[in-house]
Amino acid sequence: MSAPRTFAQKVLERASGETGLKPGDIVDAYPDLYMSHSASWRCIKTLERMPGRELYAPERIAMVMDHLSPAQTSRTAAHHQLCRRFAAEHGIEKFWDVDAGIAHLVLMERGHIRPGMLVIGTDSHSTIYGALGAFGTGVGFSEITATWVTGKLWMKVPESIRVIIDGPLPAGVFPKDVMLRLIGQLGADGGTYCSLEFHGEWVRGLSVSERSTLCNLSMELGAKNAVVPADTVTETYLAELGVLRDAYDPSLPDPDAGYRETVRIDGTRLPPQVACPHTVDNVRPIDEVAGTKLDQVFIGSCANAKYDDLAQAAAILDGRRIDPSVRLIVTPGSKQILTRAIADGIITKLLDAGALMTNPGCGACAGDGGVMADGERTLSTANRNFRGRMGSYESEIFLASPATAAASAITGEITDPRPFVTRALTRSAT
Amino acid sequence: MTAQTQIDSAGAPAQGRCIKFGDNVNTDVIIPGRYLVSIDPVELAEHAFEPLGPEVQQRLRRSKVVVAGRNFGCGSAREQAASCLIGAGIQAVVAVSFARVFFRNAINTGLIAVECPEAVAAAGDGDVVTVDYTAGSVTVGEGSYPFTPYPAGLRAILEAGGLLPYLETTAGGGR
Repeated sequence: MSAPRTFAQKVLERASGETGLKPGDIVDAYPDLYMSHSASWRCIKTLERMPGRELYAPERIAMVMDHLSPAQTSRTAAHHQLCRRFAAEHGIEKFWDVDAGIAHLVLMERGHIRPGMLVIGTDSHSTIYGALGAFGTGVGFSEITATWVTGKLWMKVPESIRVIIDGPLPAGVFPKDVMLRLIGQLGADGGTYCSLEFHGEWVRGLSVSERSTLCNLSMELGAKNAVVPADTVTETYLAELGVLRDAYDPSLPDPDAGYRETVRIDGTRLPPQVACPHTVDNVRPIDEVAGTKLDQVFIGSCANAKYDDLAQAAAILDGRRIDPSVRLIVTPGSKQILTRAIADGIITKLLDAGALMTNPGCGACAGDGGVMADGERTLSTANRNFRGRMGSYESEIFLASPATAAASAITGEITDPRPFVTRALTRSAT
Repeated sequence: MTAQTQIDSAGAPAQGRCIKFGDNVNTDVIIPGRYLVSIDPVELAEHAFEPLGPEVQQRLRRSKVVVAGRNFGCGSAREQAASCLIGAGIQAVVAVSFARVFFRNAINTGLIAVECPEAVAAAGDGDVVTVDYTAGSVTVGEGSYPFTPYPAGLRAILEAGGLLPYLETTAGGGR
């Protein structure tokens, strides 16, 4: 009988064909999916320098034009054109153009991500695929190109950290707040090179969208990957997409697998959290930063621009107006999310409150549209607040939940959403 | 357009003046996202560390080695965070620790990246630092500090000048 194994050990053993792997071992793994977003053109240009090389598995290539979309310069347009032509020429079926949305969300909602898969992506937030029980990890574009032609990539077997979150969370507090607290507690390198496994009853009760916020933000701890082990929530989500249980091997961690440490966080009395400039681990409870004047509020990104994120913001903004001193930019994570939010009246509520809607994609999170001037401040639902990421090097980014973003847009300053959430709940009950 | 490679097959040491940074230097500071429309190391190098201002950029240009604290290169998976340093003439990065994607990108673009906290503690900004990759040591002034050598597979990639040159030297294992 083999020794108990973590999720990471199981996935990397399957993907490498090796057995008995220990943390620190380096293997050649064969990923199941290679995601390249707007960096795809860099992969194609790199491939052009390797004449005569065939693609190992075109069906494992996924390209999504999400950053800098639609193109605002002819240089970017040429990059998109290169990707389109390449996809057509090589029969890349998982090609999603500028209308689709953020790569991570598109691939998840289209059924391309399945439990137990090893997914590499040209984006650090590829950790998000753990929301569907997959092993997702970010790599450079040369590595994607190399994998296109060889099918394999060197990977180190990570140590694993077990994270247990106790809930339920108070009204007005969300998975984003839990993750910001965790990042503040462990630091920006608290999970470097580790596989984070989220466990516990509260986690098992979360939707795939909520799980994706946990796994996405795990990158800001330096994690190699993050996962909520697949369960009935995962199974139901995938079944609705037509992906049935016999189409994947969830690679569930063994109960007595070896973890570097167990981190436990109590969410039951957690106040809303805010990450302050210019690092994601500079986290304060909302009381300490409430009242900070804002120029812009951004609801977007792969961390928090999903349907439920927009719904939470709309519930707070419903029937209210944003403060005239701020711009509220809302960028839905994907076209599917936008379509559903239009059908449910959420977009109308946001527009009526004074929001500016943009097309689905990465948008202002990646500094594309919605950038700031010197001295300006944005409160954002994204996952990074590095200096200059959203425009001027002399601007500031604060990170928080969509609820905090909506409440702050109403007042024009960083604002605790809890009183607004209570009122929204009261109103919807009557 | 390629500014590689730092390591020749003989593994000659990287040596020169260093520029020293603190902890958690992130990829947006190393190379802002707005410049990722390029993959040319030399073009990218013009914007390396731009958020920190021209004085830092000038010092970078005069340096051969980057010395940094914990978690150097945290943030994005952008490979240009490594290649822009190569374009700026940097031969090696010595840090207390690296963010994992930066470390991968360094190896895969042929940039020496070693974790050596003792050398970081000993080095002052502008000091001459020697990274002897073959010997597995970093020298700062009179002091010599060992680091754990890479595993053989990673070393082969680095010595080839990066992942793509490495693939050209091998059958590559394609289907």
